[in-house]
Amino acid sequence: MPDYRWPDSEDRSLIGKRVPRVDSPLKVSGKAKYTYDVKRPEILFGKVLRCPYAHAKILSIDIRAAERMPGVKAVHVIQGPGSIIHWAGDDVAAVAAVDEVTAEEAIRAIEVKYQRLPHLVNDAEPPTDSDLARLPLGVDDINEMLDKGVPADELIRQIQREGVTARVSENELDELQTIGVNHAVLDAIRGAFVHPSGEVRRANYRKDPVQIQGEPEQAFAAADFIAEGLYGASAIAHCCLESHGSISEWTDRNHLLVHMSTQNVSGIAGQMAAPLRVPAANIRVHQDHVGGGFGSKFGPDRWGIAAAELSRKAGGRPVRIMLERDAELKVAGARPSAYARVKVGAKKDGTLLAWHSESWGTAGPGAGAMPPIPYVFDIPHQRLEYTAIRNHVGPARPWRGSNHSQAAVITMCALDDLAAKLKMDPLDFFLKNLALTGPMQDVYREEVEIAASLMEWKSKWRPWPKSGVSGVVRGVGFSIHTGGGRGHASDCDLSIHPDGSVEIKVATQDIGTGTRTIILMVAADTLGVPMESIALHIGDTLYPPSGGSGGSTTPGGVSASTRRAAVDARDALFARVASALSAQPEELESVNGTIRVKTDPQRWLSWQEACSKLGAISLNMRGRNPNRNTPPDLTGSGVGGVTMAEVEVDADTGVVRARKMVAVQDCGLILNRKLAESSCYGGLIMGISYALFEEKIMDRTSGQMLNPNMEFYRLAGFNDIPELVVHLMTGGKYDERGVIGIGEPPVISPGAAISNAVANAIGVRVPFLPLTPDRVLTALDSREQLLEKQPGA
Amino acid sequence: MGNQYPKRGDLSRDASSRGGESEDSSGVSRREFLKISGASAAAPLLAGSLLAGSLAGESLVSESLVCGSTILAAGEVVPVYGPGPLPMEFSINGKEYKANLEPRVTLLDALRDQFDLTGAKRVCDRGECGACTVLVDNRTVYACSLLAIEAQGRQILTVESLMQRSALHPIQQAFVDHDASQCGFCTPGFVVACKAVLDKNPKPTVDDIRRGLSGNFCRCGTYHGIQQAMAQLALTQKT
Ligand code: FES
Ligand code: FES
Repeated sequence: MPDYRWPDSEDRSLIGKRVPRVDSPLKVSGKAKYTYDVKRPEILFGKVLRCPYAHAKILSIDIRAAERMPGVKAVHVIQGPGSIIHWAGDDVAAVAAVDEVTAEEAIRAIEVKYQRLPHLVNDAEPPTDSDLARLPLGVDDINEMLDKGVPADELIRQIQREGVTARVSENELDELQTIGVNHAVLDAIRGAFVHPSGEVRRANYRKDPVQIQGEPEQAFAAADFIAEGLYGASAIAHCCLESHGSISEWTDRNHLLVHMSTQNVSGIAGQMAAPLRVPAANIRVHQDHVGGGFGSKFGPDRWGIAAAELSRKAGGRPVRIMLERDAELKVAGARPSAYARVKVGAKKDGTLLAWHSESWGTAGPGAGAMPPIPYVFDIPHQRLEYTAIRNHVGPARPWRGSNHSQAAVITMCALDDLAAKLKMDPLDFFLKNLALTGPMQDVYREEVEIAASLMEWKSKWRPWPKSGVSGVVRGVGFSIHTGGGRGHASDCDLSIHPDGSVEIKVATQDIGTGTRTIILMVAADTLGVPMESIALHIGDTLYPPSGGSGGSTTPGGVSASTRRAAVDARDALFARVASALSAQPEELESVNGTIRVKTDPQRWLSWQEACSKLGAISLNMRGRNPNRNTPPDLTGSGVGGVTMAEVEVDADTGVVRARKMVAVQDCGLILNRKLAESSCYGGLIMGISYALFEEKIMDRTSGQMLNPNMEFYRLAGFNDIPELVVHLMTGGKYDERGVIGIGEPPVISPGAAISNAVANAIGVRVPFLPLTPDRVLTALDSREQLLEKQPGA
Repeated sequence: MGNQYPKRGDLSRDASSRGGESEDSSGVSRREFLKISGASAAAPLLAGSLLAGSLAGESLVSESLVCGSTILAAGEVVPVYGPGPLPMEFSINGKEYKANLEPRVTLLDALRDQFDLTGAKRVCDRGECGACTVLVDNRTVYACSLLAIEAQGRQILTVESLMQRSALHPIQQAFVDHDASQCGFCTPGFVVACKAVLDKNPKPTVDDIRRGLSGNFCRCGTYHGIQQAMAQLALTQKT
């Protein structure tokens, strides 16, 4: 049985070390070729006509004038008459021409008639009762509510209020009865108003069934202290520096070659096949480097399909569509907004009892789901209400850490407000309730203590100021987070050639995750050869498939499949050379470019000599993750992390500056310390960016994004970065958990930590991120009123 | 020396002026340029007070340019270039390059599309992000905001010039050592901006560094690595 386990720490030559990123030299020298840099012979440039309205129906499109323009090689209608546009900037038609300027001119020659429809782009206001959908319930909805444990009286109320979509048959009712639904509910269903079909309208707001855990009402009644507040985070853009886009060309009538900027090399062909009416096997996707994805580059997107269609119409000539910056910010994805009114109660000693949230949000037509609140802390008694909003802000896409950063803002800020009300140091308050974090509580305890000492928390923390503040004031705050990070499915081919060269092929991608570096480290460590001697090929569907880089799944996935392939290849090589060393294969080891007998290192062959014994045929092994037939599981899931922030707030101007940030993070077995740390530094920096600056600002009247450029869609810059301290948890009990990705976790907590630090500095909560000067000043202004309303505060 | 270039003229921009159109309009920013030329739609490009005038004596517009006609603008007779392609010559990384380009082509597009120098990236294409940073006569310039026609007769240095054969430039090595690139798309711009800071002062203060790099953005969050790289460089540089 091959031994795939990760080597013990003393046997690791590379794993866990600070190895420089292998593709850094290409990147710093400008030699790395990104999709945007790819040149293809006879290339045509595509531009997309975008709808100026946030919500509209396309009545007609006339492309004749564009088609006739000199230099225009193809025009393609992306959304034809009858299509409904759901956000401003959505793709309507595309043109391919000999140069960009001609394509732009042609776009302007296309005539489209729209019927404007009402739009909704502002979602920060809580939905009013009249906004709430009166949508009849289907059997599925009722089942879902039952699954979620919605209490009978609530269920009955909703059925009576909303009605049902169709008469529920006695058979269905019997079924419900057998699963234990009580008579009152069944009667309510029987007696419910049945909506005539066609009357169902699509509303912007839809209230989810209420979720209840424990007995929140009683628990609030028993609480000594209750804090109430409003929290949230706006929709933000991904703003990848390399915009979305691709170059498509038909190498013959049935075969497509696509260069695409993507975080999902292996997943693109399958998504292009149906719309292009061509087998996925005939689509080759290639990418060497990608300038950022952050959750927004998993699909080919409509403009990617359009590029392929244009190429087909242009006789197969390569067609490039790379989004302009404004389009990148408007249409290439948005992190859903999330807002909540939260009430949270505790006993005098700080013991958390009850949570009630009414939350709402989203960033697109798909409505979206409630962020995982309350986050990390499983508060015993909960009442969760969520209203999904369909709006016209843009397409919602996961943004580094999915919904976790919003959940952290809502939860950790509400808890922080409660701690302030209890006049407790939030550190003590969190520690008091740590048991509610479940199995990770010891990790959190250890991390919080380390973070506190790195931040010098005890000497910096002061209770919220009581009276008005002025001038520059300081505060500290923190937040904790979790994350998955289990390795995704990944296949890896590893070949050892008779000349001693080693080759690895995986259709993965390196989006800044250090994918290349990790694969080479694992293979080199396992084979005992230098990393430089291995030729690594990634980023092409010619190679074995590997998952998309999202959810922090890449390090676990590729390291596990590489380890398995390398162990199998090494063992096969041992089997071939054992006799030459007069030993059994199990007695051999490969170290420092040699194959030698473990117990008698004097008996050895150089790597080259050993490989020459392969004869003419190379060894090839495929490693797979997951592989349940051959344990162990090399990857794990579930990390804990803590972020602490110290900020400075100018109470006169409302400007917030981060002064110091501390991140303490665990990620199981660390493959490359340097890269893991970079991930944390990057997370802190992106966190400062969305905490203080980033927001898709939408114009109510036109429905357009007002800041689709890098001047007003502000990213944190060099000047905004304070002292950053990163500490990674390592050693035995962390290593044992296997490899876990941490691309996402470090970015989750900074928003909440910074918000808490600002509240600590100025004595009042600024409800929504980003914490822009206007929001800070508004909060300061409302402070006096707030104090009047809540004399206990 | 005046502030000839749009943006970044003297590296004195800070966060508050980041990305803003240069107030000093002695240089021609592309946005300004297009605004004006756009007023007459597809009419020939005016090269009046914009080029010949304010940049007089700077021989930016090479003598060899084909100048079809003249036009009276702001009371002066000025030459008109374009709208068709004109032969242009550039000195890039110490080598001579020639191309026929329309006058509206930016230096960035010329570098990337004509000469396959793709180190400088097109990100915002309007002087807001720094990904296209190159050196023109040893000063940082947003290549997206300078017309190629204006870059003639100047010494253009791109990130590709820094490596000596296969050896990384010390700045590049420091970036590698401190893991100052993740996706790497902003990296070439930062490397060039760092070179400008160090060329000006081999032992830059923290403030010099902040000011010099405030015109470049990174989405992945590599500022910390860049900071460390610059700190190391400042230590090892000879004054
Ligand atoms: S500043 Fe030139 S591309 Fe952004
Ligand atoms: S490294 Fe990705 S944008 Fe800077």
